[in-house]
Amino acid sequence: MVSRPHGGRLVDRVVRGRRRERLLEEALELPRVELDAGLASDVANIAHGVYSPLEGFLVQEDYESVLYDMRLSSDIPWTIPIVLDVDPSQVAGVREGDDLALFYNGRPLALMRVEEVYGWDRGEYAERVFKTRDPRHPGVRKVMARRELLVGGPVDLLAEPPEPFEAVRLWPKETRVLFEARGWRTIAAFQTRNVPHTGHEYVQKAALTFVDGLFINPLVGWKKPGDYRDEVIVEAYKALIKHYYPRDSVVFSVLRMEMRYAGPREAIHHAIVRKNFGATHFIVGRDHAGVGSYYGPYEAWDLFREFPDLGITPLFVREAFYCRKCGQMVNEKICPHPEEYRVRISGTRLREMIKRGEKPPEYMMRPEVAEVVLSHPNPFIEEGEAQG
Amino acid sequence: MRGWSWGWRLLAQRSRRRGRYTTVSIPVSLYERISRLIEGTGFTSVSQFVTYVLREVVSEMEEEKLRSEAVSEEEKAAIIERLRRLGYL
Repeated sequence: MVSRPHGGRLVDRVVRGRRRERLLEEALELPRVELDAGLASDVANIAHGVYSPLEGFLVQEDYESVLYDMRLSSDIPWTIPIVLDVDPSQVAGVREGDDLALFYNGRPLALMRVEEVYGWDRGEYAERVFKTRDPRHPGVRKVMARRELLVGGPVDLLAEPPEPFEAVRLWPKETRVLFEARGWRTIAAFQTRNVPHTGHEYVQKAALTFVDGLFINPLVGWKKPGDYRDEVIVEAYKALIKHYYPRDSVVFSVLRMEMRYAGPREAIHHAIVRKNFGATHFIVGRDHAGVGSYYGPYEAWDLFREFPDLGITPLFVREAFYCRKCGQMVNEKICPHPEEYRVRISGTRLREMIKRGEKPPEYMMRPEVAEVVLSHPNPFIEEGEAQG
Repeated sequence: MRGWSWGWRLLAQRSRRRGRYTTVSIPVSLYERISRLIEGTGFTSVSQFVTYVLREVVSEMEEEKLRSEAVSEEEKAAIIERLRRLGYL
């Protein structure tokens, strides 16, 4: 049986039918807050149950509980505060119990019942969530630029934000039906923000050996400069799956959610989200959701051990590398050979090769994947580039 | 309980915790057994150990008790239709 949703119930706050028509009209008369792409995807994720049991943006009690104790005030594990930030002018005159219209791209997206407006300390947020206030950390830089107040309360989704990858985007309700239809009882989820190299393939297939199905669920949405573009990740995975995966054992779909680069805390968040999609297992590799050297390579593994009640089983997989003596991808647990035989599959090195237009060797990247990446005029996000 | 000593060591090191707490009673003999048991494990108090164990037990019991809202047959049919259209089924 697939995992039960986090907190026991899959949240559904998508408004449908006549009620939707009526609320869309009402939204035009309400005080409005224009959202950026990241917040718009948060609203959709709340409404579709990706963030179950959250019904809306966090109120102060939950915010502080998550920040300091990594749990909601109901004691349910939750590690990344999901918050809506506003300028004071945007909520002037708004009181507890009022409705706010949340707009995206000039159109009504959702309604929010305001439960609370409160101040927050962005530096403290950074310290707790990212374990640093260093402005060079991409997550810290983003948080420090956010607005002064937070608004907490439930949201009701009236319209779907645009999704260029609609054909490969599934919501938790859909994956749950899909997994059931395929007869899968155990599902390993794989989180990624990269194009696949042979190390990723090794890890995914190692997990798939022991479960019924593999759920590859890359993040699309805001990422830091230097990361791969969403369309490159999607096309690269399509190529890999087409040529190297048994079709009936894998489900590929994207999740529109910002990378936060919060390392261990974000690893737990990623696991909870995949539990809501129905995954029973979650693959946690080296330096999960990390950036630079802010987190230890296996620090996320330790944090998982603090949550006996997470409800999804982490699969801790060590870094894979190619061993010239073994003649295949291995990890240090199964390869007895010394370092001189080992070739590390470095993401940084791969990026450099791709930037130079060089095709990576086959032991690092499948030729079909390399072809997709190299055929893109600019596979990487550039500094200062606006991202939808 | 797998690997709890590592995890708890991290938790104990966290400097500032704001959770609200209350008191429950357990037999003194059990308290003493737990005190002996947690020596050198990374758990710094009986309360920490009991909280950890209770969370594990309670979440399992809740899993049994709670039923996720079933998708209606009509909704399920629509989802299957979409999944077929997209090539997932």
